[in-house]
Amino acid sequence: MNLFHAEDPLLQVHNVTRYYGDRIGCSEVSFDLWPGEVLAIVGESGSGKTTLLNCLSTRLAPTAGAIEYRMRDGAMRNLYQLTEAERRLLMRTDWGFVHQNAADGLRMNVSAGANVGERLMAVGARHYGNIRSTADDWLGRVEIDNERIDDDPRSFSGGMRQRLQIARNLVTQPRLVFMDEPTGGLDVSVQARLLDLLRRLVADLGLSVVIVTHDLAVARLLSHRIMVMRHGNVIEAGLTDQVLDDPREPYTQLLVSSILQV
Amino acid sequence: MTDTAQIPDSVHEQGEYNFAYLDEQTKRMIRRAILKGIAIPGYQVPFASREMPMPYGWGTGGVQVTAAILGKSDCLKMIDQGSDDTTNAVSLRGFFEKTAGVRTTCETAEATIIQTRHRIPEKTLREDQILVFQVPIPEPLRYLEPRETETRKMHALEDYGLMHVKLYEDIAKNGHIATTYAYPVKVNDRYVMDPSPTPKFDNPKIDRMAALQLYGAGREKRIYAIPPYTKVKSLDFEDYPFEIQQFDKPCGLCGAENVYLDEVILDDKGGRMFVCSDSDYCEERRADGHLGPMAADPAAARVGNTKTGETVR
Repeated sequence: MNLFHAEDPLLQVHNVTRYYGDRIGCSEVSFDLWPGEVLAIVGESGSGKTTLLNCLSTRLAPTAGAIEYRMRDGAMRNLYQLTEAERRLLMRTDWGFVHQNAADGLRMNVSAGANVGERLMAVGARHYGNIRSTADDWLGRVEIDNERIDDDPRSFSGGMRQRLQIARNLVTQPRLVFMDEPTGGLDVSVQARLLDLLRRLVADLGLSVVIVTHDLAVARLLSHRIMVMRHGNVIEAGLTDQVLDDPREPYTQLLVSSILQV
Repeated sequence: MTDTAQIPDSVHEQGEYNFAYLDEQTKRMIRRAILKGIAIPGYQVPFASREMPMPYGWGTGGVQVTAAILGKSDCLKMIDQGSDDTTNAVSLRGFFEKTAGVRTTCETAEATIIQTRHRIPEKTLREDQILVFQVPIPEPLRYLEPRETETRKMHALEDYGLMHVKLYEDIAKNGHIATTYAYPVKVNDRYVMDPSPTPKFDNPKIDRMAALQLYGAGREKRIYAIPPYTKVKSLDFEDYPFEIQQFDKPCGLCGAENVYLDEVILDDKGGRMFVCSDSDYCEERRADGHLGPMAADPAAARVGNTKTGETVR
């Protein structure tokens, strides 16, 4: 599927624990993520999903545990032993992070083209024409009208902002993308279109994704595997279809049964 | 050249200032910051900026730097927008005349220390001269990244992609790099620095300049420096290289070309002319017999007359 044999995991998480003082953010979470795999983390608000995602993406240091990542040279590295410079390079080349609120992930006061081009310029692209044509290409891939390339994201709708954020993250061809409720706050039809787009991009690019969502439908559509969290613990994990069709834990059963049927 | 005996009596009556206003401990602290700045070209050294008897924005940073390096034998030139006779230059020159009693001059070649607000003199500076800049905002990344903690980290990690985002925006919105002053430069292939607020016309002069350049930002409490003959490159794109401003007319008074010009309004009937922003350079050229197309105009001649004190206010 990728540079590596499918038996080599891309990300290995060992007993990641995060305390906020006496309170538990997430506790003893372990899993492996393989190249090209989409993992959904579901659970209600306050269950530790976002804490876990922030720990994984080096935005929040865990209290205990280790996270290893297979770098492009094939070596496994402990993320919290990387230097700040290595970590930043990783975050802007090999990784992506899609925020729930697009404004957190975009530069709202520079044009869409500059937003997409920023990562390229950060890794040394110095040819305006090339940067612009790459940005142009990526706007097309996320279905944003090319005429909007010089417009600020402020003038974009919520769905467009979210797609722009995705383009901005994918422009350096990352291998691992973290997503925090990427469809939150969007109306249903826009959500459906975004999910469709995400599914296509993930499949085309062979991305590995860790996606946090409270929306089981999103998990069902996008993910191969699912982890259900409650009170900071992973209470159930498995193939998405298996867990959602035949939940074992009472809490998962409750979650699945609380989906509104129209 | 001068000692305290030449300080006017009025000063003595009010009690004496220490030489160049600041106390010796403060000057020593500032000199340490300057030395560190010279050792790390382009790096912004924090320093304990003092309250000065003038408002922020008037050059409190530059004044402190000048006070710290000034000796009794120095000859000081003060310029503001290239000119020796504007309010800021006159006031700061007066400040040092009063508190240090040093010799002052309007002639670039004669000065050993030149404190400037925007311009670098047209005349090439020498190794025995020091150019002191008054800097309002030392952080080139400030408008792109408001967090000081983050910009410091970006400097430490040479994380300068954001600077090009700004230039990209310029080209996308205007078709060319529209930044005309405070144009970011990379010093000695390492630190991105803001030569603010000089026009980008002067950026090529910063590169490998023979004179020592010291930058002081009083409100922001930063000092940085470019040692003599240091490589300074203006940031640009491969397909949009750095360019300086071009003027289609020569100076109206002295006929100089390839110098930075200011537009001066002569009357309320639309009369105007472009003259050298470096007033000393312009006067010297006229004294050498160079005349521009407007030199005969009486209104224009009045503008150019600065040394005699008959300035336009």
